[in-house]
Amino acid sequence: MASTTSAPEEAPHSKRLPGDLAIWIFILAEMLAFAVFFSAYAFARAGNAEMFNLYQQTLNRNAGALNTLLLITGSWFVVLAVQAAHRDDNKGVSRNVALGIVCGAAFLVVKVFEYAEKFGAGISLSTNTFYMFYISLTFFHFMHVILGMVILTAIWLQARKGAYTSQNSHGLESGAAYWHMVDLLWIILFPLVYVMR
Amino acid sequence: MMNALKNPANRAWVVLIIATLITWYLGEVGAAGTAAIVAMLVIAFIKGRLVILDFMELRNAPTMWRMLLEGWLILVSSLILLAYWISLK
Repeated sequence: MASTTSAPEEAPHSKRLPGDLAIWIFILAEMLAFAVFFSAYAFARAGNAEMFNLYQQTLNRNAGALNTLLLITGSWFVVLAVQAAHRDDNKGVSRNVALGIVCGAAFLVVKVFEYAEKFGAGISLSTNTFYMFYISLTFFHFMHVILGMVILTAIWLQARKGAYTSQNSHGLESGAAYWHMVDLLWIILFPLVYVMR
Repeated sequence: MMNALKNPANRAWVVLIIATLITWYLGEVGAAGTAAIVAMLVIAFIKGRLVILDFMELRNAPTMWRMLLEGWLILVSSLILLAYWISLK
């Protein structure tokens, strides 16, 4: 039976996992893969710190920081979308999901410029170990941003039909959780690859 | 303004933006070595935890799921710290 509690905010918080269980298992698997990559980077660097420090200086730290701001803000809009669904604000859902997509697209644009600069300078996976890690780690993450945007676009199309309400926000919450994972991974990746030395 | 900050997601966003700017600034001034590495890892840890608790909304999730994601953050930060500590020896 559907619950008809009048003031859900006042009800004692029951422990609840937002979204579907399956998406959380998928998220954990993805996070474990990234944990392996992050550790591989850090330990490869330990054996070659001077070289890593030298080539890290060639990265565009401003672009990396700007992209962090974009993903954080994109994530924030998607939280606002989930909150809008919980109070049955249909327009709020689709507007905030759209803003989240815009932030993701801006991230991709910045990243493409960054890649163009590096590839234009003749840098490739085989240039050295540092660039091998820089390109593969950021590109693997790039693909996750693209998948996140595909998911958000599917959600936006549904949201425009008013699909997400306080009674039915599972699909939105699942997509949101994935999008936050993309943000979480970049929050580690940016200091690790661009700044820490 | 005060009303907006009642929303934990808004508070998290403000802290995340400021924390990102601090990390960027540490890069700009060329911060390096043990103190810089620890500071940046602590900042990344705080940021990651805010995303897990206030964006993913796991603050009130079943304990196992909260522990799994927070545990991931502890594991990753510890491994990175260990690797950097080895590189500084």
